[in-house]
Amino acid sequence: MPVFKNGHFIDDQWRMIAEGEDVPPSGHVILPLEWWLAERGAFEGSHVPLGVKIEPDTQLAAMVDDLSRFSLIAIHFPKFGDGRGYSHARLLRERYGFKGELRAVGDVLIDQLQVMSRCGIDAFDITDPATEKALRQGHSPLVTHFYQPAAAHEIPVGTRSWARRPA
Amino acid sequence: MYRYDEFDAAFVKERVSQFRDQVERRLQGDLTEDQFRIHRLMNGVYLQLHAYMLRIAIPYGALSSRQMRKLAHIGRVFDRGYGHFTTRQNLQFNWPALKDIPAILDELAQVEMHALQTSGNCIRNVTADHFAGAAADEHDDPRPYAEILRQWSSIHPEFTYLPRKFKIAVTGAEKDRAAIQVHDIGYQLKRNEQGELGMAVYVGGGQGRTPMVALKIRDFLPVKDMLSYTEAIVRVYNLEGRRDNKYKARIKILVHETGAEAIRQKVEDEFAKRDDVLTLPHDEIERIKAYFKPPVLAQREARSQTFDARRQSDPAFAAFVKSNLFAHKIDGYGIVTISLKPIGGIPGDATSDQMDVVADLAERYGHDEIRVSHEQNLVLPYVALDDVPAVYDHLVKAQLATANAGLISDIICCPGLDFCSLATARSIPIAQRLSEHFGAGEKARDIGGLKIKISGCINACGHHHVGHIGILGLERKGIETYQLTLGGSGDEICTVGSITGPGFSSDQIIDAVDCVVNTYLNLRTSAEESFIDTYRRVGMAPFKKVLYERDTGADI
Repeated sequence: MPVFKNGHFIDDQWRMIAEGEDVPPSGHVILPLEWWLAERGAFEGSHVPLGVKIEPDTQLAAMVDDLSRFSLIAIHFPKFGDGRGYSHARLLRERYGFKGELRAVGDVLIDQLQVMSRCGIDAFDITDPATEKALRQGHSPLVTHFYQPAAAHEIPVGTRSWARRPA
Repeated sequence: MYRYDEFDAAFVKERVSQFRDQVERRLQGDLTEDQFRIHRLMNGVYLQLHAYMLRIAIPYGALSSRQMRKLAHIGRVFDRGYGHFTTRQNLQFNWPALKDIPAILDELAQVEMHALQTSGNCIRNVTADHFAGAAADEHDDPRPYAEILRQWSSIHPEFTYLPRKFKIAVTGAEKDRAAIQVHDIGYQLKRNEQGELGMAVYVGGGQGRTPMVALKIRDFLPVKDMLSYTEAIVRVYNLEGRRDNKYKARIKILVHETGAEAIRQKVEDEFAKRDDVLTLPHDEIERIKAYFKPPVLAQREARSQTFDARRQSDPAFAAFVKSNLFAHKIDGYGIVTISLKPIGGIPGDATSDQMDVVADLAERYGHDEIRVSHEQNLVLPYVALDDVPAVYDHLVKAQLATANAGLISDIICCPGLDFCSLATARSIPIAQRLSEHFGAGEKARDIGGLKIKISGCINACGHHHVGHIGILGLERKGIETYQLTLGGSGDEICTVGSITGPGFSSDQIIDAVDCVVNTYLNLRTSAEESFIDTYRRVGMAPFKKVLYERDTGADI
């Protein structure tokens, strides 16, 4: 699936690990969170680049101590109307300080990309043809004014106090 | 009143462009109906039984005359010459064409209005006491806080895809005119012992098929923490609210299933982890408050001779004053309620011509301010007592002077099966017949304050659960049947009404309500004891006995 990041489609190094597969030495595989939680002991001392995939009902508390181990967290949106992933993204970025890639996977559509990125998601796994078409045509978001603080530094200081990030 | 600055204006303009783009992509087939639906709803566009319906946001129900004239104009040009004021202090147009909607949104943007978040699973239009800023019993004006909430919740990136809709109401008085305890969040402004301003926080109220009175989870929250606390509540709800069943998805179910203490703990834990970003700086609260400074009102005598003389000489005017004029916090002024409940009319409807009349009156006598109440009436919050007779005369000419605010014919009613695709029964004709039966004259005045609320389906948009007398229209084997509830109340003593027993047919329901009212009249200790007080004293039994020991209470 094409991955959109920083304004263009990129060559993606990552893939979901297949069931029963061993983690390759080169890493760059995304593990389901359960897999990671069951086998994390096996990765002690390893520096293989790993990603993990979380679901809407994931309890972040179970994994926050391991965040530094991940280069990528895939947030699964099984249906675009399920908004739990937005809270997960903000918490991972703002509360737990995750600096790696936050990738939206699943039902990821053009009209949700902007709110996703405002929550700190910075890569998008695109499966919807209309969304891919719109992005390849250079579709850009039409709304640029926002009332809330968000992960992206988009609001001039002083515009709205509840929209201001501390320095 | 709040005035848009450049930021607000640019925001709304961009949002209209965004929706226009979404409509175009839908028409080109790039968006499926399922994908489009969520954007349509978030912009206030519903697909109803016969046509699209556009619901326009009127934040906390406040309108200027210019805005009211624009609504009148839109009604004339794009609809059938009228609009419908709703229980969320909004306005609905029932007959716009989809192709005209972007143009209507452009017209609205010219007067600082929009239709954002009047639907969808997001934080909806924030409501407030319709007497805000004018009522004599107010601790503080709730509108600045409602406005801050409105701004903060507009396309909130984290909270636009909640499990279900989310409604917030704010009041600043002890007397709750905003029904805060049947909201997802209700804030009540209050002062602590040090005189500092804060708010009591109520969570998990709601109506619908599972009516619940909200729980108070905080007695005093400093106002500077309002957004942080709101964020904590909505985040807990977003992550933990049920998504498996849309009828169990409101926060009231989460609150109920989790338990009051557990939900309070979760919210407080989340709140404790806040950073300072959302803490409201004093200067910013003051900046927003400045928009809501009361108009400069000329000093007047507490008593007005013009007013008193007319009141003595004209019984119709006296009756209007008794029901439709409310005490103002400034001497020599009053708050005028313009009833949108003409006898036999459709509750909440106003013609474009009537909207223009109200706009003119607001401009000439009312410091250019109009409010929409959740009881589907209009309010002029700043009228000099000297001017009340003139205002009344204009209202009479426009057929807007029905003297029934708060009386039995001041009925809240949803659109029901005449318009709504969810409805199971008609509600408007029941309201019309009750209104004709009880009228706005001597009989209605003798009955006194009594709130009838009617919903045409279990979703309870007509607030029947909190009606002193509530009526719920259902369909049983293809026949409309009406369930009666008694003892509900949406004010500071908030209760959900109890069902009397088997329902009534459309033919029987007026008689059943009449029977309840007569029972009350027989039971009350004096004319001072209102229906709800009498009900609370005697309970359901005497009403039930009279209702079902007659021949007409058929078991349907």
